[in-house]
Amino acid sequence: MKKIALNGAGLLVALFAAFPVYWMVATSLKPNKEIFSATPRPVPAEPTLEHYREILTGNLIPGVTFTDFFLNSALVAVATVVLSGLVALLAATAVARFRFKLRTTFLILLLVVQMIPLEALVIPLFLMIQRLGLYNTLPSLILTYLGFSLPFAVWMLRGFVAAVPKELEEAAAIDGASRAQTFRKVLFPLVAPGLVATSIFSFITAWNELIFALTFVNDQNKYTLPVAMTFFFGRDDTAWGSVMAASTLFTLPVIVFFLLVQRRMVSGLVAGAVKG
Amino acid sequence: MTTLTEATSEAAARETPARRRRRVDRLPYLLLLPCLAIIAVLLLWPLGQVVMMSFYKLDSVRQLRGDREWPWVGLANYAQILGDPFFRTVLRNTVLFAVANVVLTMILGTLVGLLLNRLGKKMATFVASCVMLAWATPALTGTIVWKWIFDDTSGLVTWLFNKLPDGLSTALFGRSDWTGYGWFNDPLLFFGILTLVVVWHSFPFIAVSVLAGLKSVPSELQEAARVDGAGPWRVFWSVTFPMLRPVFGILVVLSTIWDFKVFTQQFVLAGGTQDRSTFMLSIYSYAEAFSPPPKYGLGSAIAVILTLILLVVTGVYVRMVLRQEDES
Repeated sequence: MKKIALNGAGLLVALFAAFPVYWMVATSLKPNKEIFSATPRPVPAEPTLEHYREILTGNLIPGVTFTDFFLNSALVAVATVVLSGLVALLAATAVARFRFKLRTTFLILLLVVQMIPLEALVIPLFLMIQRLGLYNTLPSLILTYLGFSLPFAVWMLRGFVAAVPKELEEAAAIDGASRAQTFRKVLFPLVAPGLVATSIFSFITAWNELIFALTFVNDQNKYTLPVAMTFFFGRDDTAWGSVMAASTLFTLPVIVFFLLVQRRMVSGLVAGAVKG
Repeated sequence: MTTLTEATSEAAARETPARRRRRVDRLPYLLLLPCLAIIAVLLLWPLGQVVMMSFYKLDSVRQLRGDREWPWVGLANYAQILGDPFFRTVLRNTVLFAVANVVLTMILGTLVGLLLNRLGKKMATFVASCVMLAWATPALTGTIVWKWIFDDTSGLVTWLFNKLPDGLSTALFGRSDWTGYGWFNDPLLFFGILTLVVVWHSFPFIAVSVLAGLKSVPSELQEAARVDGAGPWRVFWSVTFPMLRPVFGILVVLSTIWDFKVFTQQFVLAGGTQDRSTFMLSIYSYAEAFSPPPKYGLGSAIAVILTLILLVVTGVYVRMVLRQEDES
């Protein structure tokens, strides 16, 4: 009896959590007459890919295709990931492997800067981007997202670096390996999975960001996908089928990445948030 | 042979600490340098800039580019904001929204965490996977879907309310035909839906963290309390909660910080920055600065106020984490 109640509650939670995602995909597969009918169907009666065909072949905004926006977003996110991964790995090694005077100060700094409300930095960063002549370019976004993703990346990576037994590096050093060799041949391969997890987090940060992309880029052909989507569906008479198809294509990489590293990410996040 | 190896490794061991000490001095700082430079330029410098900008009257992009003068106005921007009754409405909205969302997210997240801990293995995996979906969904698309669910003609909620028996619907809400009903027009209803969206997005993190916390403490104590006849309510408050107190503390602070600066969900749900009646601090600051006519100075002042509020919350958070760092 109690078990039934627990399982029932579990099903309710699962429904509440997953339903919007299901509804997004389901709507994207329905023909218009089902989407706009008076009685919504829980499952598409005549599933169709017409909305996907529409966004992938047509122009989302006159002159620019969905693929263009997708590539803009991908370029920005990948550049952010590579840069922030590299810098974070160096810093994480410093924090996890060395005891130095300003170590605690640096850790506090990392925590504090993560709490800076990024929304409060739109105006000064807009100023900086204007002064640097980067307004209306994709590098303005790469730079911005690098700053945003870095503190958390270091915080998360230092756990992974610390988890590699120090003895391995000491053994390599005793065998005559230089510091650089030890880093490259011993530490790096062992930290690589952690680096992947951290990178995915940076990727998601950059991929999802809306406000800065909305503010720093003006030309429609340079829009990232989130900006394009707010324009696309801000029109009257929203074409919900196409909006849901675009949303699905936008969400899919994030969910796949997220689920791929789910366990690692959870332990990383929780270790960062809970154990410090 | 053996002695030879031992001798060499001994020599190496003797040499290493000295060698390392010499390197230790500079290497970690070199490794930190790029990271520190980026944090300084992209986070700390702008933070200083926003404070500085709040003391100027900045009304055009040409001023930002440096083509025009920056007239110093002192605290005039702050005086203007704090004297504006609208700011007080925005502040009240922000605080009430944050409190409501933190409370609801914590309650739902904790309940789900406890539930996941009690479910059988298969069921727990299934529910956790669904919960992960909500967490993984980007704020943008998550909000767009909720907007579709609340669409005024073909939305699921509109259909659901149309399904209510006419008499009941009229008695409760004063209308039976919900087609064309603007779910986002009434500010209170708007905040209700925004709360739904934000809680949906943020309860998974709480649930998973609480679950991780539960797994890290021995379950024998709870079982013992249960055997002694304590109900679930009693077990939670007398056994589980005290053990997980630090986890809950940090989760509350993190949620507070996140919910104080909700932007994307609000922006998408309101369809931009036109609807002033549903403003909260972060979107208010943005709208003042970027919707024409631009008022960068005024927007900066609002951003500074938001930052100061969060600074207090952050202070609490950092102290908590450091205390735990000391303990472990």
